[in-house]
Amino acid sequence: MEPTPTPLLDPKVPNGPIADMWENHKFSMNLVNPSNKRKFEVIVVGTGLAGASAAATLGELGYRVKSFTFHDSPRRAHSIAAQGGINGAKNYPNDGDSVHRLFYDTVKGGDYRSREANVHRLAEVSVNIIDQATAQGVPFARDYGGLLDNRSFGGAQVSRTFYARGQTGQQLLLGAYSALMRQVAAGSVELHNRSELLDVVVKDGRACGIVTRDLLSGEITPHSAHAVVLATGGYGNVYFLSTNAMMCNVTAAWRAHRRGALFANPCYTQIHPTCIPASDDFQSKLTLMSESLRNDGRIWVPSASDEGRLPGDIPEAERDYYLERKYPAFGNLVPRDVASRNAKTVVDAGHGVGPLLNGVYLDFAAAIERDGHDAIAARYGNLFDMYQRITGETPYSTPMRIYPASHYTMGGLWVDYHLMTNVPGLYAIGEANFSDHGANRLGASALMQGLADGYFVLPYTIGDDLADLLGDPVVPTNDPVFTSAVAGIEDETGRWLSTDGTRSVDHFHRELGRMVWDNIGMARNERGLRQVLSDIPALREEFCRDVRVLGSANTLNQSLEKVGRVADFFDLAELMARDALEREESCGGHFREEHQTTEGEARRDDENFSHVAAWEWNGPDIAQTRHIEELTFDNVALSQRSYK
Amino acid sequence: MNDTISVTIKVWRQENPDAPGRFETHPQEITTDASFLEMLDLLNEQLNDRGEEPIVFESDCREGICGTCGLMINGRAHGPQKATATCQLHMREFEDGDEIVIEPFRAAGFPVIRDLAVDRSPLDHIIESGGFISVGSGAAPDANLTPVAREAAEKAFDAAACIGCGACVAACPNSAAQLFTSAKVGHMALLPQGQPERWSRTEAMVEVMESYFGSCTNHGECHEACPKEISLDFIAYLNRDYVKAKVKNRALSGQR
Amino acid sequence: MVQSIRERYRVQPVRAHKRNWPFPLNIYQSAVGRKWVMALTGIGLVGFVLIHMVGNLHVYEGPARMYEYAETLRTLGGGLVPKGLILWLMRFGLAGMFALHLHAAITLKDMSRHSSEDSGIMSGAKKYAGGRDHIAATYASRTMRWTGPIIALYLLFHLADLTWGWWLGPDFVRGDPYHNVATSLASLPVAALYVAANVALALHIFHGAWSIFQSLGVNNPRYNHLRRGLATGIAGLILVGNLSFPILTQTGLINEDNRPCPVNDSTGLVCLAEQAEGH
Repeated sequence: MEPTPTPLLDPKVPNGPIADMWENHKFSMNLVNPSNKRKFEVIVVGTGLAGASAAATLGELGYRVKSFTFHDSPRRAHSIAAQGGINGAKNYPNDGDSVHRLFYDTVKGGDYRSREANVHRLAEVSVNIIDQATAQGVPFARDYGGLLDNRSFGGAQVSRTFYARGQTGQQLLLGAYSALMRQVAAGSVELHNRSELLDVVVKDGRACGIVTRDLLSGEITPHSAHAVVLATGGYGNVYFLSTNAMMCNVTAAWRAHRRGALFANPCYTQIHPTCIPASDDFQSKLTLMSESLRNDGRIWVPSASDEGRLPGDIPEAERDYYLERKYPAFGNLVPRDVASRNAKTVVDAGHGVGPLLNGVYLDFAAAIERDGHDAIAARYGNLFDMYQRITGETPYSTPMRIYPASHYTMGGLWVDYHLMTNVPGLYAIGEANFSDHGANRLGASALMQGLADGYFVLPYTIGDDLADLLGDPVVPTNDPVFTSAVAGIEDETGRWLSTDGTRSVDHFHRELGRMVWDNIGMARNERGLRQVLSDIPALREEFCRDVRVLGSANTLNQSLEKVGRVADFFDLAELMARDALEREESCGGHFREEHQTTEGEARRDDENFSHVAAWEWNGPDIAQTRHIEELTFDNVALSQRSYK
Repeated sequence: MNDTISVTIKVWRQENPDAPGRFETHPQEITTDASFLEMLDLLNEQLNDRGEEPIVFESDCREGICGTCGLMINGRAHGPQKATATCQLHMREFEDGDEIVIEPFRAAGFPVIRDLAVDRSPLDHIIESGGFISVGSGAAPDANLTPVAREAAEKAFDAAACIGCGACVAACPNSAAQLFTSAKVGHMALLPQGQPERWSRTEAMVEVMESYFGSCTNHGECHEACPKEISLDFIAYLNRDYVKAKVKNRALSGQR
Repeated sequence: MVQSIRERYRVQPVRAHKRNWPFPLNIYQSAVGRKWVMALTGIGLVGFVLIHMVGNLHVYEGPARMYEYAETLRTLGGGLVPKGLILWLMRFGLAGMFALHLHAAITLKDMSRHSSEDSGIMSGAKKYAGGRDHIAATYASRTMRWTGPIIALYLLFHLADLTWGWWLGPDFVRGDPYHNVATSLASLPVAALYVAANVALALHIFHGAWSIFQSLGVNNPRYNHLRRGLATGIAGLILVGNLSFPILTQTGLINEDNRPCPVNDSTGLVCLAEQAEGH
């Protein structure tokens, strides 16, 4: 099938040299007079880094903001779990970093599948984020002179990562949350907690509001606004087992997709190499161990398959330090995708370790011998404690067991340079959009992107769009578009509750996750993708027929919450498979086994696939249409990665 | 290491905020590698299979950082393991044959919503009343313009590590929220960025806290229950700052 | 404010905001301020108890020295002020501190009770139906609300017994504390009551003295580890000192066998005064 470019996909990138583009564009955008801002209502869904920072900033500017979160408090959003740090091109260490270098590294790290203009803007505002967060009281690590400390992260060759112990995400989110709560107190933001978005409402081609369910009372409520911003995170939980939080889901983005927003690059998912492997069949989620552990740990598996001995009893000669063997230059520090894929290869070949033979060893014995127990404890003590709490084993004497897990999704709603989806008035920011990370995200860049979008990009670009609407009232919530949307949700709820099935929602989610993990995980191939494309609809059919959701619609009902989310995951999984199948190349997090070099490395096809694939919903049970946005690289030269 | 134990779960069930609650007992077999919440997941799956409504309990990140989870397990907030949130508690902390009593976090400020889920929004109201540094987006000076003594930054972090789970309130015999509030106040009071609003913040946050929660009598239970081991010292700093604030705020408003 | 769609789920404040009193009285309107008042009055009261105990040790020097000590208290201020004035001022001060301490304690307890009762489902004051497992809270900290009233009742008894002499009857000689103490504590039930009450007092001080530092925010990481020891020391000192009186009376160490003066309020007191002079 030959994809055809369509006018839908104009990214609206301004003209001119990239270094001045954002600055010039800020000047050319329309402004909304301060006293007119209060005439505009904006809905922001999600209160993670992107959502909280956007809602707070829009509130400060004077817009009337409604902020929605399905958590009990905005501070619970999963941004809070990010450990490593946040990149900022401050060049405080004087080691040669610059906006251009961060831009370059991000485009390259994304395997040349991101939009240059967006990435450059991200790198530009990265410095403002650090200032903003520091002023909010985020306790970043400091050196003895009292100035901010930086570390190198994820294989970057400069130290540009700001961090707050292993809890950078938490501290940044608390900063954004406090800014949000300040606006709530000021009355400029109306906070709706425990409210889940179930539909996006579009009238005459423009987003005009949303429909939410109050998770406590079950009430379905329409909300109208001049613009709707989705900051609802990624879809990593499609794998069931992932490092995402239990409630992370694709529902908001997916319902927007069903209302016309294009969903871009769903097959770009990032698998993090160092997570704790599952210990039993009913494991609910996986826990990430910081990537920094690979700085000192050595990764190995027993040379013999089906090894029965304890790690300590396996002599050195019978261990396979496979990363050091295959990549002598980078060794254990190869990028995330390479480390992950190699772990899969050895485990699939029967060398896996642990009770379920589903991990590889990350061994600190050599580091402890070299640097001493105390030095290692100072560096990784809290991580070792966490590992011990979860597994009951201490990494000081027993090698850690690790295995890759789904961690971040680069794909998401397609947005233009203004972060607006193809549906006017509907924006997507943070992990929910597809824009800045290409096919692979660099470490410490997720926090940066969320806050960049929320603090410094969206608040400018949204005004350009709203300025044209001055004087237009919002669509009243008794308009037929709203009432029919509400009725649709009530119907759906009723249908789930009356499905007289036998299996729990989690049962189906777990089955689906296994399917997606096996076939659209670290390595994909045509056979598997075609297989899963027929398996998913079959399982979905069973799900619709046999799922059991007990209880009623008008109380806190967690099964009911989950069932809608899992239904959307089914649809998404199918689209992921199709996207992966159509993308006949390997790039970043998308590894097609058919497209690798003789050395087993990912091989891109820049000639045919240097584009964004964005999918248009055509209705249930009808295949989506693939649109493309061509990517051009005027400022970064394309090259093949090599870590030998 | 992969042992299976049999335990008896005695769990609080309550339909809605106004309904009377009761304990329900379920036997459960579980491997010791499972986390406590996975044990409840499994129990819920079994209940669902039997046509009984699953037990409502909250959790999200399951990495001990989001603060969503929180159960009173055998009379202890977050259970028997020190410095560990409920989601990070594993069944290897229990013995074969144990009876495990699970209750929601209780306080008048934390009304039960359903079963084990409680409403902790008063903690948000405390933040709303002043738990922020007023700096609009874009108004910040260069981050390195204001050096912060490393010790102060570290101590501020110790306070900022609070995950807002509410275990301190649950564990407190007086249902006081002193540890939560003092951590929030302390975090900002220790940083130069927090100084301009230090006194008004302290005063406002304490007063909102006291409208929902009890009075601290220095039992120290909160610190023991805290998954982040926030120090009681912050409570002392809060007490000191509050009375200072009363004096200072007068001075600042020109009454002296 | 945070919006909840259903008012039913809205958490209501346990107490409403009251009109602000003028500074510095407004400090007393807050629980934190009230704890300051408890701590400050606590310092005064512990100080009194400590000095009272040390002063009472004069009993081991015999009736004459005891008389002299009591007389010294009454003549504080020398000839500058009427006899007994300073002592009465101190008594009023003590009574005031005691009243404040009590009022703060009762109102704070009330506040905590309101904050702990959950939405009417649990009956009684128990916070958890399944029981509690205390880790840090000590027996002393959890029984403050019992040891407090015990101390208050004991105080009334103590005043009635040895200051007002309600039931010693003719045996009570105003101005001869040695005699009064020896007579009162010679009765086993009275001695037992004193022992029990002083154990309660020591427990109260054990938590209270530590708590003072927290409530006032007297906190220095370098010295924090000393606080618990200091509180234990003060409580222990008071316990040992105060318990010695009933116990030693019962064992016969404090007695009137070798009393040089007669027991009455005329010649007896004169005799005691002369004894003390000649000492």
